[in-house]
Amino acid sequence: MTTTSLVGSRHGRAAKAGSRGASRSRRARRANLAGYAFLTPWLIGLTVFTIGPLLASLVLSFTDYSLIGKFGFVGWSNYVKMLTADSRYLTSLRVTFVYVLVSVPLQLVFALLLAMLLNRPMRGVGWYRAAYYLPSLLGSSVAVAVMWRQVFGRGGVVNSILGAITGIETLPNWVQQPSTSLLTLILLRAWQFGAPMVIFLAGLKQIPREYYEAAQVDGASKARQFFSITIPMLSPVLFFNIVMQVIGAFQAFLPAYIVSGGSGGPADSTLFYTLYIYQTGFSYFHMGYASALAWTLLVMIAGATGLLFWTSRYWVHYQD
Amino acid sequence: MTLLKGPAESRPALPATKAPNRVRRQIRLGRVLLQVFLAGGLFVMLYPLLWMLASSVKPENEIFGSASLWPEEFVLTNYPEGWVAGQSSFSLYLRNSAVIAILAVIGNVVSCTLAAFAFARLKFRFRGGWFAIMLLTMMVPYHVVVVPQYIVFRTLGWIDTILPLVVPKFFAVDGFFVFLMVQFIRGLPRDLDEAAEIDGCGPFRVFVRIVLPLTTPAMVTTAIFTFMWTWDDFFGQLIYLNDFTNFTVPLGLAALQASTYGSQWGKLMAMSVISLIPTTAFFLLAQRRLIEGISTTGIRG
Repeated sequence: MTTTSLVGSRHGRAAKAGSRGASRSRRARRANLAGYAFLTPWLIGLTVFTIGPLLASLVLSFTDYSLIGKFGFVGWSNYVKMLTADSRYLTSLRVTFVYVLVSVPLQLVFALLLAMLLNRPMRGVGWYRAAYYLPSLLGSSVAVAVMWRQVFGRGGVVNSILGAITGIETLPNWVQQPSTSLLTLILLRAWQFGAPMVIFLAGLKQIPREYYEAAQVDGASKARQFFSITIPMLSPVLFFNIVMQVIGAFQAFLPAYIVSGGSGGPADSTLFYTLYIYQTGFSYFHMGYASALAWTLLVMIAGATGLLFWTSRYWVHYQD
Repeated sequence: MTLLKGPAESRPALPATKAPNRVRRQIRLGRVLLQVFLAGGLFVMLYPLLWMLASSVKPENEIFGSASLWPEEFVLTNYPEGWVAGQSSFSLYLRNSAVIAILAVIGNVVSCTLAAFAFARLKFRFRGGWFAIMLLTMMVPYHVVVVPQYIVFRTLGWIDTILPLVVPKFFAVDGFFVFLMVQFIRGLPRDLDEAAEIDGCGPFRVFVRIVLPLTTPAMVTTAIFTFMWTWDDFFGQLIYLNDFTNFTVPLGLAALQASTYGSQWGKLMAMSVISLIPTTAFFLLAQRRLIEGISTTGIRG
């Protein structure tokens, strides 16, 4: 380490004797001060808008606060009610888990397939990549959710095409039929595979061509190459995509709100967990119960992430 | 076999015997099939968006039950009629959205750049710990902090103002962008910083004179993503903006859908198209930069 570079705190503590040491520790203090000066806005934001509210909502989750009037501590009863006396809670849990467990694999399979097809020198490859990415960019808007509702509606595009192919005249309204409404939302998420596709493409570019050439010389089939080279080499990227998409899918709100008109219907079939939090907190103003629901969501997301990290030891290979 | 792998000609390692005509024909056929597959898949993917665009210029009776992408009768009336079909006009919604998005961009770019410079270039106590905390906050769902935030903002009388949506942005609450810029600044060569330090520049001057100009690309990426996500944000705006004079484009569109339930699809589609224009424009102007931003940090699209 050169003397001109800023001195870390560890060195500052050790250097006490001598004038050179004194100037060092002064430097370290100055560097320390500068670091915290630049960090000040972020530290305020962290305290006021993240950690403070996190703790406050934990405390609120043990109360029956409802914006107006007095409130008191009710112990664990919000959590007990959730698990024993709230059938809508259990419904929202089931809907959310089905959504996460079906939409994320579907989305990532499409993303990987397209990334592999686009990972080659080919005319128009940059154009294809951009165009396949477009739905990812626009898909999180109200406009697309509004359109989706029409596309899967009774007189929608899907029925026009299905009707022309099968000849069946009375096709259902897919968004207003409890058995299929969630499916339309799953398809909406799977449709937005462009962002993970772009990340897969970046990962595929890192795999050396020589590996495939060597495998080819040894007579390995394309399937064998895929499972023995591509998947292990891509596993860190695959893992990253799974974690990010699972976290994102747990928090999905807008599509369910728009497609169901805010109700989570029909018959609670699209009652996403976040939609239930919204209704509890901001339609009925049961802030205490909503906080308990929100903290449970945090624990579930942390648990899912932890579980994924635990399994990653067995299938994710980092090169070093 | 050629479907899953690049053309054989570009692989120099194999012995250079000339491929027989049959094999070459197969390779060409594979390439044609791939192009057909990619183009077909793309058509299916973009079909709903094209249909939305087509429906916005169709008369009402032509939309229902039609999957056609070409209007038999071309009308533009959906746009002016949809513009004023809601409780307020889209001029107001667009202005409200733009104000929030622009302030959010300014706040995010300024505050995230400051934090990122500290994390990437300065040495201070507990830097590693703070950085880990920053990464952890990226995992905290907005829904967990929104209830206490709402209570505080309500006490401050900030409901039905843009403050709850804008003020937090000035405090670098979106860890994604701090992370994006930390990654970018770490990639910059250190020689210039060190030379400036030898010349007696303190951290502030190093930041302003050297790091800031070089960080412009990352700041532009942050600005574009912040604009697009704020433009499309729904949950926050739904909670904090209740009066229709404060509605933004997403809220106006949702309200228009609710009030025209099951009818007037043309107007709804026309206004949906309007609402997608800014994002699409950014995509067309900066798609390379956006895709780069996603592949280097893995931020969501």
